Amino acid sequence: MCLGIPGKIVNIYEKDGVRFAKVEFGGIKREVCLDLTPEAKEGDYVIVHVGFSIQILDQKEAEETLNTYREFLEKIEKNEVSL
Amino acid sequence: MKYLYEFRESEKVKLIIKSIEKICKSKWTIMEVCGSQTHSILSAGIDELLPSNITLVHGPGCPVCVTPREVIDKAIALSKMKGTIVFTYGDMLRVPGSRESLFRAKADGAKVKMVYSPFEALEFAKANPDKKVVFFGIGFETTAPCNATVILKARGLNLKNFFVLIAQFRVPPALEAILNDPFNKVQGFLAPGHVCTVMGIEEYLPISEKYNVPIVVTGFESFDISQGILILVSMLERKEKGVKIQYKRSCKPEGNLRAKEVINKVFKIGDLKWRGIGVIKNGGWVLKEEFLDMDANNLLKNYSEEIEEKKEGCIAALILQGKKKPFDCLLFGKECTPLNPLGAPMVSSEGACAAYYKYKR
Amino acid sequence: MRKIELAHGAGGILMREFIEKEIKERFKNEELSKLLDSAILENKSKRIAFTTDSYVVSPIFFPGGNIGELAVNGTVNDLVAVGAFPEFISLSLIIEEGFSFEDLEKILDSIKYASEKARVKVVTGDTKVIEKGKGDGIFINTSGIGFIPDDVDFGYHRIEEKDKLIINGPIGLHGFSILVARENINVEGNLKSDTAPLIDLWKALYENGIEVHFMRDPTRGGVQGVLNEIAKESGYDIILFEENLPITDEVRGLSEILGIDPLLMANEGKMIFFVKESDAEKALKILREYELGKESKIIGEVYKKGGSLKLLTSLKVVRILDMPYADPLPRIC
Repeated sequence: MCLGIPGKIVNIYEKDGVRFAKVEFGGIKREVCLDLTPEAKEGDYVIVHVGFSIQILDQKEAEETLNTYREFLEKIEKNEVSL
Repeated sequence: MKYLYEFRESEKVKLIIKSIEKICKSKWTIMEVCGSQTHSILSAGIDELLPSNITLVHGPGCPVCVTPREVIDKAIALSKMKGTIVFTYGDMLRVPGSRESLFRAKADGAKVKMVYSPFEALEFAKANPDKKVVFFGIGFETTAPCNATVILKARGLNLKNFFVLIAQFRVPPALEAILNDPFNKVQGFLAPGHVCTVMGIEEYLPISEKYNVPIVVTGFESFDISQGILILVSMLERKEKGVKIQYKRSCKPEGNLRAKEVINKVFKIGDLKWRGIGVIKNGGWVLKEEFLDMDANNLLKNYSEEIEEKKEGCIAALILQGKKKPFDCLLFGKECTPLNPLGAPMVSSEGACAAYYKYKR
Repeated sequence: MRKIELAHGAGGILMREFIEKEIKERFKNEELSKLLDSAILENKSKRIAFTTDSYVVSPIFFPGGNIGELAVNGTVNDLVAVGAFPEFISLSLIIEEGFSFEDLEKILDSIKYASEKARVKVVTGDTKVIEKGKGDGIFINTSGIGFIPDDVDFGYHRIEEKDKLIINGPIGLHGFSILVARENINVEGNLKSDTAPLIDLWKALYENGIEVHFMRDPTRGGVQGVLNEIAKESGYDIILFEENLPITDEVRGLSEILGIDPLLMANEGKMIFFVKESDAEKALKILREYELGKESKIIGEVYKKGGSLKLLTSLKVVRILDMPYADPLPRIC
């Protein structure tokens, strides 16, 4: 239901008292409102929906999800999974 | 694109699907709640690769589809009023109301503008104090804090020419409606990753408990979806209930507290009509009293609703609740197409019928 | 600032002056300078290709080009797509009263530049000025004439099983550039329309004896739209390989955030060549020697009798790619 794409914060600025950032998606940059993720900083990846950052992407969890999936598959097949 | 394409790598997806095959012993019916997930599943072809004892049914998670036609009719009426401009998201433009869509109205001279972000409507209102700006804000929990932020900013700027027409839906009551149905077939849910990114899993725990169903909050790429299915099937096989999160890089158990706070400043929970399903108790959010002066309904003084009867034979409600699939409908692809949609799931490209029309005919 | 007046199209002194200075001077050639009611052209082959197209693009100036270049390249490519070598074009301007002279000169300059690049002569034309409020700045119509060599045999009837589909570079550039400019989607990046004449690519394939069975420039409707039409008309299934589709980082980014598939977006400097399987590798090598073809790729093949367009996804699942039903719009869900 909700298109949300991860992008990287390039720089942060203020407009009328609201925090915005230029966020990079592939080869383009676009303005994103940071109001819902006030602790976001430059270099962070954020999940963007309708021009708003709705969450800071947890890079550690992302790597974890990708790196441990083989172990996870083995565990799950042995029926010893604990998440 | 980092954190996107790694989650689409086919080798990994195939390995996960092999594991699903190995652990899946019984027949299971799983619902992916969100239209974007339906879209990903069909466009990558994941449904074709899954073992045949897993049936995926598609949920009601397309806000564009479930926005009632009378709300669209109101948006159209507003766009035709002198001095008023309606701003809305691109996918809302082609959705038909009772007689026409906003796009069609625009062709006749109605003032309709597409926005990517609701801030664009606010900026326009600021720059054009002589025009009445109506932001037609629809969506699920993901969009709610974004729409709410703009409403708060408009209030902060004391704008008198900024109005909102709101159709703001909540997912958990819809899941309960599905589970409460005596003919329900759904045994486990892939919960919508972005809705839960905002809301967290709190509201899903009692649902899992009460109805004894496992729920896995899942992302949107093919890796995420296949992993979500794997976790869910392993829970089903072990008769385990509870809520687990596959989409950990975005969804935290508590959700986004700041976003929830913003939502609660502007909206309160209320009963809401869903197109194709009917009124769902607590099925959405409505404006709180202190924002009612911004309600675009105030501009519709002499407006009377006329709704045409629904076409006989359309099984939209059954499809939205996972009881039937698009191919079960006699009208699918014949009288009912994306060009001439008869039911909610065909009206937007994220709806289950439209997705089947696009990818599977 | 000088502006276009109704008199510039009224047949009097002002119009005469305009034609002399802005048109005749700029596009100087033997056929045009006679300013006859019709241009008289020399026929160079048995078969003539003749095409026409009107350009109403909004905005008139967009990243990577303007309506003038588009009007030349579009018509040139329509001629190329039937195996012709373009030679002559006409130029009809419909200008709204009050249009800036400076902008008009910019457009005429790019028409000159584009026609020189495509080696076509502007041999006849027309100028009309319409009242303010009755147009959208400027509309351009160009018609084109090209000559088809006797040994070229093109058409749906030539398409056969296993033909390879080659495209000369990344898709969706024009469509996304226009969408971003028209809808004021505020993005930064090196996104530009790909408008270009494709005559040299065709010439190279022809002169090297490559067996090309069919060509089509995937403009409106994008790759998905035109290939659907070709599949239906030829009666063959066509399969695209998702992993081989050339897409730039800019287009990928936009396609993700707006939720629009690049396969649906218009191209103005791309050609899809249907090449006989045994010639495909050689064709790729030839195309890649050109600036406009250096990113050429095999994106699909003609499969078997059928009539629909399909996609082999990266998961190696085959699914339908249906006929798009309208211009794609950005979506939130």
